[in-house]
Amino acid sequence: MDQLKRTALYDSHLALGGKIVPFAGYEMPVQYPMGVLKEHLHTRAAAGLFDVGHMGQAMIRGGGWEDIALAFETLVPVDVLGLADGRQRYGFFTNDAGGIEDDLMFARLSDALFVVVNAACKDADFARMKAVFGEKLDILDRGLIALQGPKAEDVLAGLNSDARKMRFMDVATLDLNGSPCVVSRSGYSGEDGFEISVPQAAVAGLAEALLAHDAVEPIGLGARDSLRLEAGLCLYGSDLDQTTSPVEAGLTWAIQKSRRKGGVREGGFPGADVILAQFDTGPQRRRVGLLPEGKAPMRPGTALFAAEDGAAIGAITSGGFGPSAGGPISMGYVTTDFADEGRLLYGEVRGKKMPVKVAAMPFVAPGYKR
Amino acid sequence: MTITKYTEEHEWLRVDGDEVIVGITEYATEQLGDLVFVELPEVGATIAKGDDAATIESVKAASEITMPLDGEITEVNSAIVDDPAKVNEDPMEDGWFFKISLTNKADFDDLMTEEDYKDHIA
Repeated sequence: MDQLKRTALYDSHLALGGKIVPFAGYEMPVQYPMGVLKEHLHTRAAAGLFDVGHMGQAMIRGGGWEDIALAFETLVPVDVLGLADGRQRYGFFTNDAGGIEDDLMFARLSDALFVVVNAACKDADFARMKAVFGEKLDILDRGLIALQGPKAEDVLAGLNSDARKMRFMDVATLDLNGSPCVVSRSGYSGEDGFEISVPQAAVAGLAEALLAHDAVEPIGLGARDSLRLEAGLCLYGSDLDQTTSPVEAGLTWAIQKSRRKGGVREGGFPGADVILAQFDTGPQRRRVGLLPEGKAPMRPGTALFAAEDGAAIGAITSGGFGPSAGGPISMGYVTTDFADEGRLLYGEVRGKKMPVKVAAMPFVAPGYKR
Repeated sequence: MTITKYTEEHEWLRVDGDEVIVGITEYATEQLGDLVFVELPEVGATIAKGDDAATIESVKAASEITMPLDGEITEVNSAIVDDPAKVNEDPMEDGWFFKISLTNKADFDDLMTEEDYKDHIA
């Protein structure tokens, strides 16, 4: 097995009392002394600082925006060409079977494309982009931190007031704590906030400057997971994988009209025939939100049934306790016939069939500053 | 003076008249993290040592609480079912789980002392 890697903030995590676990090939903090529950609630009430330096970052530049955008569109079913300068979009790499290889964020910075991918998939993602872009692809060795929560704007504005001018999914280069940073107003908590790409040598100093603010606490992977689940956001490897199509996953909003049937740049991405056909036929299964009726959390892998007897019609892919929701919450995939909101299903927990209802997501109101 | 004994599964037991009160240790709650769900056994159930007696779920995962010694459940603490956080707040007192009438009272003496337990978790 390969040696676990560390981010530039590893020593800071230890100094802050972080409990370190292996995650996607890295030694990362799962929680700090505050604990998962309070870290979660603190992020929703004030601001949380997350180390996401394990994620992959790349910059693609050279040859002009149109060339880059059109080439990137051969990898993703998203409208890249139409992305305005200083804006970010969510997308995913697809495969020939119409499945998802990874989900990602990409942003336009003048004529360059800035891409952030998941840690567990980054080597494959870099190879995929390298095959298309060759020398234009620059894999960045930079730190990445996320500042999330209703106080995030006030905190970041203390380092650079231009942060206030940004709205949800804007991207800008801001000088923070003496270093040039690529900042996006986004995140994965369902709250307002920022993701900050920062030179490795400056990560610890920037984290320290942000943590010096009374409103900011360090937040581990545990709360990161419960926050994103409450926000109804997918975790790649759990809720999305190589066999899930974007239509099944309910991510059609990320496939703009220009890439759909009849669009000006219809198809042209891996698995386009499969994915675009699903827009017409509808998928066999759908990702849904699930609210257990009892107090017991329904964890990933929990089988779902339409009645107390009979065969399984789906399974939970993410699930646990939602501290802000105040009870158990889950998401999973069910056969389309049983995917209607309000439908009563049963999840098998410790051998017992427990009632669970199909519910709308997100489970908590998002705080994005649009 | 009340004697508290311990198991390798991080439960504490304390004599209370003819019964024994059972809970989980502070060390256990620290390892588990915040509890969000507790399911307790039925009063009157006779359970053998090592069999599942209760189920708990923390923010992280589900775990089973096993019966520390052979016995019959005589009372359960429904307050921790309503508010599992009580276990984290006060594991050694208000956060108790259930009371047992031991099948063999002498079994209690074979459990770990506080000193043994401290060595166990060291």
